[in-house]
Amino acid sequence: MRFYGTELSSRLMLGTAQYDSPAILADAVRAANAGVVTVSLRREAAGAQAGQAFWSLIRDLGVPVLPNTAGCHGVREAVTTAQMAREVFGTDWIKLEVIGQGDLLQPDVFGLVEATRILTDDGFKVFPYTTEDLVVAERLLRAGAEVLMPWGAPIGSGRGLNNIFGLRALRAHYPDIPMVIDAGIGRPSHASAAFELGFDAVLINTAVAKAGDPVLMAKAFRLACEAGLAGRDADPMEERDMAVPSTPTLGLARGLGGEMI
Amino acid sequence: MTGPRILVRGAGVAGMTSAVTLAENGAAVTVQDTGGRIGSGASWFAGGMLAPWCEAESAPDEVTQDSLTSLRWWKSHVSDVIEAGSLVVAPARDTPELARFGRRTSHFETLNAHQITSLEPDLEGRFEKALFFAEEGHVDPRKALLALERRLKNLAGETVFSGAPLNAEDFDWVVDCTGIAAREQLADLRGMRGEMLLLRCSDVKLHRPVRMLHPRIPVYIVPRTDNVFMVGATMVESDDTRAITVRATMELLNAAYTLHPAFAEAEILEANAGLRPAFPDNIPRVHQDGKTIYLNGMYRHGFLLSPKRAQEVASIIFPGNEI
Repeated sequence: MRFYGTELSSRLMLGTAQYDSPAILADAVRAANAGVVTVSLRREAAGAQAGQAFWSLIRDLGVPVLPNTAGCHGVREAVTTAQMAREVFGTDWIKLEVIGQGDLLQPDVFGLVEATRILTDDGFKVFPYTTEDLVVAERLLRAGAEVLMPWGAPIGSGRGLNNIFGLRALRAHYPDIPMVIDAGIGRPSHASAAFELGFDAVLINTAVAKAGDPVLMAKAFRLACEAGLAGRDADPMEERDMAVPSTPTLGLARGLGGEMI
Repeated sequence: MTGPRILVRGAGVAGMTSAVTLAENGAAVTVQDTGGRIGSGASWFAGGMLAPWCEAESAPDEVTQDSLTSLRWWKSHVSDVIEAGSLVVAPARDTPELARFGRRTSHFETLNAHQITSLEPDLEGRFEKALFFAEEGHVDPRKALLALERRLKNLAGETVFSGAPLNAEDFDWVVDCTGIAAREQLADLRGMRGEMLLLRCSDVKLHRPVRMLHPRIPVYIVPRTDNVFMVGATMVESDDTRAITVRATMELLNAAYTLHPAFAEAEILEANAGLRPAFPDNIPRVHQDGKTIYLNGMYRHGFLLSPKRAQEVASIIFPGNEI
């Protein structure tokens, strides 16, 4: 699976916020074998290269960086933040967040489409954080996005995949668009489920950063991603309503009435 | 004076704690701070919480272990240490955070609404559940630093807040506690921006620090004397030294208002921003380079960990002494 022409070393993207220390973050990135790390660019950190110390720690991880516009509530703010991120990290990749609702941190999909167009025209490769809405997906693709990042559940909620039906429909409708489940994944089993549904990658932050043992949880997510992906590729069995014995019944002793004894 | 002559650079909590500890061992101590006064850096904006168990929620075990004797040290050096414990609460929608916090630490009891009211009558009816860490305490950082300066002078030490930097060659040892200013010498030191407010509010009375949990912006409110409250503190991975932002101000004020609506009428006395020095593992460290000893990376553990780290500094200079 290629994202804007780039093959990633793994399907697990890891956010870098909220860890108890950069040292723990670095250990978690290694344990997760993360293919990408995302970094949010607080505006106050961008002036005069003020966040340089933390950012050089991130760059030293040796993993491709996907900067994001986390916390931006408007198109202009998101675009400005993206432009700063391009300068700071030297990449034209941007995970675009335009937040429209404070309690659910729900994407403002109208602003998202507008910002996607502006940034694409400016040469960015946009990874929009969106809902599972098909119509919005269509508009984002028309605006120039070549990757979609639908939410599983609200950011930081850890609720997993809230709308399986909607996500499955989105996946089925655009089978060839790279899609990353972003936000809401709380447990490794959620990540497995995302791959089983056919998604190409997952992005995780809080579930690892706020675990009691972030490094162990990072490893658990790595294994869960591998398991979900391998399970999908192995062509899983179909569900049925009735039991099917997994051992042959031929030759079992039966009573005169035919019942098993 | 027969003890070694020691220059302590930096009159924040790391420097003053080191200076007093060294003077108690018989050293002739001079503290110099080019910031022009005591506590011109991050220490002046600290919460001053002596809370090893609350910090244990996010800090590594080493920090907890090294801070267990901190409260005792401060009590023996500063007159107004308050031992009233710490209270941890969460707004109704964030109560899962309280369970998580409790799982990560120990030495607390879980209080119901009635028990919260008996500890903090002004919080009556505001929270259904809280964690109470009875063994913790707090100091007013500014008073504590000034008290350490008085103590140092009683031990024949001196503080210098003007003039050119003193020459290291005139001393037997240099103890560098200059915080983020030492980043040229300590390559992996970084700044962690913090912002805080001082409010005056006569309509709310609290007896102990209250931490309010929130998934993204946990905030604490520490009562000082004269109806003053310290509200802190943001944690931003940045060396930005600009004044406090509007966003941080709003977040801190929102937290105060959520704790008690009467804070809406509070007077904003100060709104500050500063840089906490931190190493990549966020653990304060002593580092020796010949006759220079660095104590730095205090992160958010300056008041909590300085006594133990100052003792480590002293054990380098006075290898035989038991402190």
